[in-house]
This record gives sequence, structure tokens and C-alpha cells, in this order.
Amino acid sequence: MSNITIRLPSTRRTQNQYETGNSYLVTPGDVITEDTDYMRGHGTYCTGDADDRLYSSVAGVVERINKLICVRALKSRYTGEVGDIVVGRVKEVQQKRWKIETNSRLDSILQLSSVNLPGGELRRRSATDELNMRSYLNEGDLISAEVQQVNVDGILSLHTRSLRYGKLSQGCLVIVSPSLIKRRKNHIHNLSCGASIILANNGYIWIYTTQHSSQTEEGDGGFIISNESIPIEDREIICRLRNCIKCLAKRSVVLYDTSILYAYEASTSYKVKQLLDDEVCDEIVNKTIYLLQQANVGNNEY
Amino acid sequence: FELISDEGYRFDGRKPSELRRVRCNMGVFTQADGSAYIEQGNTKVLAAIYGPHEASNNMRSRVCLDKCFINCEFSQAMFSSAERKKRSRGDRKGKDMSAHIKQTFEAAVRTQLYPRSQIDIYLQVLHSDGSLYCACVNAATLALIDAGIAMKDYVCACSASLTKETSLIDINHVEELAGCAEFSAAIMPKLDQIIYSELNGRIHQDELGQLVDAVTNGCKDIFAVIDRFEVITDNTEIAVSPRSLHS
Repeated sequence: MSNITIRLPSTRRTQNQYETGNSYLVTPGDVITEDTDYMRGHGTYCTGDADDRLYSSVAGVVERINKLICVRALKSRYTGEVGDIVVGRVKEVQQKRWKIETNSRLDSILQLSSVNLPGGELRRRSATDELNMRSYLNEGDLISAEVQQVNVDGILSLHTRSLRYGKLSQGCLVIVSPSLIKRRKNHIHNLSCGASIILANNGYIWIYTTQHSSQTEEGDGGFIISNESIPIEDREIICRLRNCIKCLAKRSVVLYDTSILYAYEASTSYKVKQLLDDEVCDEIVNKTIYLLQQANVGNNEY
Repeated sequence: FELISDEGYRFDGRKPSELRRVRCNMGVFTQADGSAYIEQGNTKVLAAIYGPHEASNNMRSRVCLDKCFINCEFSQAMFSSAERKKRSRGDRKGKDMSAHIKQTFEAAVRTQLYPRSQIDIYLQVLHSDGSLYCACVNAATLALIDAGIAMKDYVCACSASLTKETSLIDINHVEELAGCAEFSAAIMPKLDQIIYSELNGRIHQDELGQLVDAVTNGCKDIFAVIDRFEVITDNTEIAVSPRSLHS
């Protein structure tokens, strides 16, 4: 016998307890400035020689850095930069490369020469390697990789030349907007609550059990996955983390290891499936924002 | 049957230059890149945007090297009209509407920024009561803004009809069937440009100016409502507020 809750449709306004500050919001077609001194960045455009005005082409916040004006949209597809960590799904297996879908404008490419061969050997890829590509990565597999290069047309070239990257298994994928992932030095964390997390820059978050990572220390190239059964306590931790991340993403809180841990701690008083309720979600996110503010205040005092 | 009563009111109680009640919402689907829902009176339309993304296999032939191409699919639910009618995906009216909306947005979206990509616009009519094209365009505009796709300006559309030398704005289904000419147009309100116009029926050349003015005013009213509803600024504010604390 399960309790069923049905919510009637109505307009719910989330209380903005925190000030937006002096952010300058624009919508498409708004004139940002009539001054010709500024350089046009992303999200802006000019109509032509007769008209000097700078217009906005997206809805978002205007950012001005010295003489550069750009408008940052709230949601957008992922635009890669060299060195970013991405999590993607294999879409196609082509002649010497895999096509990976990474929530960007065009699919990314993983060359056969950019992966580690099993056994860790360093040699030229032969025709046999090409024929065996499907045994390494098949269509539908999830991988973590790093951006090696951004081509002229915007296509990302990925590589998995480290033991940290490779095929992913035994975990949960959460998809959020790429703008919510904070850029930091480290994106792969072993959280203190008992699970590990990869916060990929393209908005794909991978949550998995920590004990798994100790097995990839060998030189297997990251393509061997183990199918051992995960105990239920670990699964619960992963589910709870997934629900917390979804709550934070709903309220557009920036995601990084500290904010996720605060949300996790705030959620321990509820059952995992209660976190899907709107009111519980609001409460947890408010607590997280409060704790983050306290931490910020603490940092500023030093 | 009179479209305008002697006191100057229409069939549903509106004055000739009044719009129907507009209600809209953005971000209704979390799965799509952008989505919106709009109600104009009884006409209810859902729009979902996917993109820009890599062109799917069956659309590979339409890929352009210097800009993205827009793929539009329009569908009317069986229960949307007074009579329950099964409509197939590729029927004449659906294809017509898709082509018109695709044309409209190719003029408004900055396609040169997304070469070799595809943007999908999916429209679903839940309840049709006149001005279908206009509601679809308004819904698609909101959904494109929600998706963060670069556009030159909003695109607002409105319809008008002419009877007894008065122009009626925002036609509903009964007024459509009455047999007068119906003029729809989509404009970019801030840049003040008409990007699409369509006339069904016949009018005299001298009446055209009056109709175009009426429709332009109607579009600007719709723009004011969409902007004033602060649907977009609300969305922006909620997303910006926690972020400004620790970025």
C-alpha cells in the first residue's frame, strides 16, 4: 500500500530570499549600449554599418570585462575548452574513431590513437585494432574523457590517456545544465559520504561506488568493467546523492563537491524518495544556500 | 449572425482591438533544451526545442556548412478541435504550418552561429480556437529563448480580420468561420520588422493598410504581455540569484 500524493496545478512562486544584486538582465533585441568602443562577445550582435548599437541575442546577464561585453545565457549547450573533463555516450563506431555524444552543438570525436590499449602497451594501431574497436567501446557505452583539442568547426577531440578516464559502469548518470558546473582544479571526487562523483563540465554527472575505483589501478586501460553486485547501502547513498543533485539543479545552485555534501547532510533526516517532493526539495536547497553563505562569510573574514 | 454587435462588442464580449487572455510558462519540460506553453484564450499550444545538435541520420542531406537548419514538426491533438478527428503527421495542414513556422524562425534565429547543426521545433496543439499559427509562433519564441538560442529579437504574431470597416484583432474559431478575410503576421517588435505575413480570403487594396496597422498593434500588445508577465525575467532572476553568491 503506497501513499499517493497528487498536486493540483497552480502557480507556485519560489521565494527569492536572496537579492539578485545589481545584475543587468537583458532579453533578445535589447540595446545593451550605443557606445562603439566596446568589443562584441558571445550573445551580442550588431545589425550593420548604419546602426552602431549593440544588441543582445539571448536572454541572460550582461558581463563586462574591460572593453568586452558578452551576454551569458542561462541554459546553453556545452562549448568545450581544452582540459575539460567530459562524460559522453558512444553514438557511432567509425573507421578509426568513435563519435561521442556530449551535449554539445556537434558530436565529439575519440580517435583510436587517443585511447590506451589493454595491457598498457605503446604501439602503432594496426588493422586488427581497428577491427576490434567494438570490443573496447560499443554503441551506447558511457565514457569519461578529457578534451584534447577544439577544432575550428567546434568539434571536440577527446582522449582517455589516463587511468582516471575510460568506460563507466556501476553507477548513476544525472544530467544538468552545463552552466551549473563550477570550473575547478579537480572534477573527480571521493565524497566522504561513501560514494564517488565525476562532475563533468558538459553537465553529465556520474555517481558511482568508491570501492570500484581501487580496481582500476592496474594497467588495464580502463576498458574492463566489473559486474560485481553492489550492496544496498551503497545503492542508497548513490540514490540520495542523485536526488540531492536534482534538487539543487532545479533551483539553479552551482554544483561542486561542497554544495553537494551540504545538500547530502541536510537530506539525511528524510527518506530517499521524499527528496522528490517539492517542499522537501525547497527546504534542503535553502539549508544548503544558508550553509554556503556561512562558509563564504567565514572565508571573507580571514 | 453579426460579428460585432450594435454596442460594438464581439461574439465573446471583447472590443475589436482587444486581445484574448494570454498565459504562458517557460521550462515546462526538463528533458528538452527549451520549452514553453502558451494559452491565448482557449487556444493552447506546447512548444519544445531541441538543439542545436548534430543532424540526425535521416536529415543529413539538409545540413548546411555555414548555418544551422531548422526542422519544425507541427501536430494537433485529436481532442483539440470541436470534433474528435485523427490527424496524421504528414497531412497537408500540418506540413503547411510546419513550413511557415520554419520560414519565420529562419529569419529570426542567428543561424550563422551554429554551422552544420540542427535545431528542432516541436509544436503540439492541445486546444485549437483560432489563431493557431500565432499561438505556435509565440510559444516557439518563448521556447527558443528558454533554450538559450541566439535570436535577433522576439517574434510575436497576431491575426486580424476586417468586417464593417472595423478590424478585429486575435480571431477565434467562430470568427474564422464567419467568412471574412483573415490576415496573420509575425513581427520582431523591438526592431520593428515584419518577417511573415499571410492573408486568407480577399480584401480591397485600400483596406490593406488598415489591416496591417491593426495586426502590428496586436503583435506589439502581445509582446508587452509576454514581457510584462516577466516570464522571462522571472526565469532569469531565479537562475541568477543563488549563483551570484558564490561564483
